[in-house]
Amino acid sequence: MTSTTLSTTRPKRPSQLFRNLSAKLASIPMILTALVIFLGGTVWTVVYSFTSSRLLPRLRWAGLEQYERLWATPRWLVSIENLLVYGVLSLIFSFVIGFVLAALMDQKIRFESAFRTIFLYPFALSFVVTGLVWQWLLNPEFGVQNIVREMGWTSFTFDPLYDQSIVIYGILIASLWQGTGLVMCLMLAGLRGIDEDIWKAARVDGIPMWKTYLFIVIPMMRPVFITTLVIVASGIVRVYDLVVAQTSGGPGTASEVPAKYVYDYMFQAQNLGQGFAASTVMLLTVAIVVVPWAYLEFGRRKRV
Amino acid sequence: MNPQISSNPATLATTVAGMDAVADRVRPGVEAGPRGSRRRSALSTRNVVIYGVLSVVAIYYLIPLYVMVVTSLKGMPEIRLGNIFAPPMEITFEPWAKAWASACTGLNCDGLSRGFWNSVRITVPSTILSILIASINGYALANWRFKGGELFFTILIVGAFIPYQVMIYPIVIILREMGIYGTLTGLTIVHTIFGMPILTLLFRNYFASVPEELFKAARVDGAGFWGIYWKIMLPMSLPIFVVALILQVTGIWNDFLFGVVYTRPDTYPMTVQLNNIVNSVQGVKEYNVNMAATILTGLVPLVIYFVSGKLFVRGIAAGAVKG
Repeated sequence: MTSTTLSTTRPKRPSQLFRNLSAKLASIPMILTALVIFLGGTVWTVVYSFTSSRLLPRLRWAGLEQYERLWATPRWLVSIENLLVYGVLSLIFSFVIGFVLAALMDQKIRFESAFRTIFLYPFALSFVVTGLVWQWLLNPEFGVQNIVREMGWTSFTFDPLYDQSIVIYGILIASLWQGTGLVMCLMLAGLRGIDEDIWKAARVDGIPMWKTYLFIVIPMMRPVFITTLVIVASGIVRVYDLVVAQTSGGPGTASEVPAKYVYDYMFQAQNLGQGFAASTVMLLTVAIVVVPWAYLEFGRRKRV
Repeated sequence: MNPQISSNPATLATTVAGMDAVADRVRPGVEAGPRGSRRRSALSTRNVVIYGVLSVVAIYYLIPLYVMVVTSLKGMPEIRLGNIFAPPMEITFEPWAKAWASACTGLNCDGLSRGFWNSVRITVPSTILSILIASINGYALANWRFKGGELFFTILIVGAFIPYQVMIYPIVIILREMGIYGTLTGLTIVHTIFGMPILTLLFRNYFASVPEELFKAARVDGAGFWGIYWKIMLPMSLPIFVVALILQVTGIWNDFLFGVVYTRPDTYPMTVQLNNIVNSVQGVKEYNVNMAATILTGLVPLVIYFVSGKLFVRGIAAGAVKG
């Protein structure tokens, strides 16, 4: 009896590990990426943000020193302020414009695909290209400002890229041009997912269209809004190449953003500790957006 | 914004399905059309407002493209005279030639062509490797479930939200230890790593929808892991491979950050070189050359966008995760 149990369990134990061996071997790149890069890399950066690393990463403990220095650096404070202003405004504008466009596109219009193609093409372009085009359009000597002045309004001033106090709006204009098409597309997908009967019922009840949108359709589109929010928000935190191309962070440091701060301190100022601390703060910022969402999404229907 | 969806496969799947409804409005049998109220006579106030607003916005969206093209076809004297919106009085292709072959970045003056070929040499292997690995991941996850697989997958998806800046430096160290920091091989690996979450999600969801009977029949016939992948899954899944292809080619071509961090000046991709040409502080600014260079850099993704149409929309629905 004992011997039979042994003989059945013994070959079984290695077979658990070697079951699906090919699948496991084939997944090695994924496992390495998940563990070494995503998990390991993140932990590594967070740990080293508590050290006094400068040119090279060193495990010399410095406590919260890097963070104290970070929050005492004017350039970082400007970066955070810019991110807040840019983030809030680009969320509001891209959602409002994206939704209104999607609602208009949803009115059984002609040329729908032509309009969609036009609204979405900037999304295919890189941030560098976007930044450079808008740098040219907003050039005070030749661009929009000059055009309006030539039309007779000679005192007209609109030079966001050369005015410290409004430069972030210049970047906002460019990023809305690039990204609103995506929001529109996601919203349109959401609108198409709403049952035709809802519209029929609302019409029968004589509810005006704007009311139907505001009190019936939008609440029904909650999942789409949340998905879009997460996408847009995590993109906002990462904004980097757009700023580099459009203003290089200038004038002065007026359009600096956190992602650029990280890059500059890691690879140019050779102050790794600052870079690590700043990137850890970025990670926390994303976590503030993503964790509650993930909790809601996954908390609701247990784990898979 | 390129920003980057969802660790929630279900939401993603519905979104992608929805995108299809957006992409081709009439699907056979299904009334997937818009939900607004019925169309009335052609010139009602309502229609005027709708088409009016859409047209104005469309013009606004097209202006930058128009200005880019127009500027790149003018000579510098004409640009200095004035209006950026005015069509060129005298069309010249010189700025294009200069942008391609002799614009200066720092020390070398061989134009954007160098960056273009670098980008090609980066994009081709990165696209192939990332799609190959991600499709195998998705296949293993969907059809050969193994213990721990879902855990690694979850880490991967959560990782898609971590700002790249957090992982950049550890990767520099790893690549340096491997002796491939600053090489195209290194950059290819980086693109494969960061393309993995979204592509794996894409393939996993797609392969999960392949009828299980097919898979079982193949196993009964004695096909193994690789046999089923090459002979059944791959040929059956060409559409999703095309979506992944579009996603990766545009994404990698448009990348700037990884190019700056993981390559050296002589292997900089086109985006980085473009930025260096336009934002270089020395010399007189040649706006026409700059705009020609900008169009040249945007041309590859634009062509892909206009040619692929509906598939691109599908791709971004999935690719939006990347931000």
